[in-house]
Amino acid sequence: MSKLKPQSEYEKTRAFRFFRWLSGSKDPYLGEVEMQPQQKAETSVDTILERMFERQMIRDKVYDVGHNKKLTVFHRIYVAAAIVFCVILVGLLLYTVSYLPRTGNPANPDNNIVSQRYIENGLQETGALNIVSGMILTYRAFDTFGETNVLFVAACCVMILLMIDETLLKKLDAKGGDRYFEPKNDAILQGTAFVLCPIIFIFGIYIILNGHLSPGGGFSGGAILGAGMILYVSAFGFQKTQRFFNEHIYKAAKITALCMYGIIGSYFYITGANGIENHIPLGQPGHILSGGIILPIDICVGIEVACTMYAFYALFRRGGL
Amino acid sequence: MTLFQCILMGFLIICAIMVSFSRNLLNSVLIFMSYSLVMSVIWVCLQSPDLAITEAAVGAGVTSILFFSTLKKIHAIQTEKDKESEGEATMVSLEESMEIPEDEGGEAL
Repeated sequence: MSKLKPQSEYEKTRAFRFFRWLSGSKDPYLGEVEMQPQQKAETSVDTILERMFERQMIRDKVYDVGHNKKLTVFHRIYVAAAIVFCVILVGLLLYTVSYLPRTGNPANPDNNIVSQRYIENGLQETGALNIVSGMILTYRAFDTFGETNVLFVAACCVMILLMIDETLLKKLDAKGGDRYFEPKNDAILQGTAFVLCPIIFIFGIYIILNGHLSPGGGFSGGAILGAGMILYVSAFGFQKTQRFFNEHIYKAAKITALCMYGIIGSYFYITGANGIENHIPLGQPGHILSGGIILPIDICVGIEVACTMYAFYALFRRGGL
Repeated sequence: MTLFQCILMGFLIICAIMVSFSRNLLNSVLIFMSYSLVMSVIWVCLQSPDLAITEAAVGAGVTSILFFSTLKKIHAIQTEKDKESEGEATMVSLEESMEIPEDEGGEAL
């Protein structure tokens, strides 16, 4: 028979201390911590009334529902039509899916001579162990060049929309900049970033450089590098980041990467299209310096993607790099 | 398809539906983030680890952060300061804090 222990005796046991530590009421560094239960988010009656009033005002003033019977009818038909359209679209797609051939059927149309060639001769012709990388960066390098250009244009568009004038930016920075509203130098974030940032950077560089040997490649590695830089910026602020990555370096790196890709790619297209032998050695498959044009192109794409990811964040956050 | 993948698929569908039914925008972004994370695990199960890496970095990482910074720009995230401002004393401090973007060219921000 087990007996219920009295409270004073229970407080001496290890389990009690463990659960107290788990619930956070006792911290080893801070001592006793007062816990506050989380409060449920409540909307006050005033807010609801205000919202209802605003909605009514929009109906009355903007749409003038009382005098505009046509608009009311249109709104009702619009909602009904939207639902009907969605249901029809879902039905149509499901109906089409039922006609698709089964996966793994040898007679499927995707099982044609192109993929067979890629799988059988891919290693010989591209020198890459990772067939996917070899496919998208040599056989289909032109497509990937288009994707890289899309990233470039996207970054340009975000710059046009969100970039602030430089003098204005300096004034904002003098007042505390984007971190004006926030606690500066958050200890937890900085400690985490201090440990994680080098690992993330090394992992990203590893994925870029090993693109032709293991899963990954330029885009994945570049995205990881960009994410690591975003973590660094949010922990340590823009001033520290500008020591190693400012607008000039951004422009130089991005344009150099794109031009390098263009030059290497066009050399490859021209020699490939005219049946001329190209002078880029394929190397021995499995070595780090192998795969012909895959490694340099991976590096170019990686730099491009990392710059774009970081630029997106910096422009959204601050309005300048 | 194994049981594990079925569970992940179910979670994926629940996430996809809940994103559009969640009233709080911040919650929607967080659910979208978990959607991407589950999707990246499914990519690993479907034997395409390169897509999994990209999905985890772009879908769960960078996209969510861009969403967060956008929500902050349009004041959709309720901060501690906003909660306090229900009292009238802190209304003044809020006005003070609003000053900075205004006099330094609020249009550009």
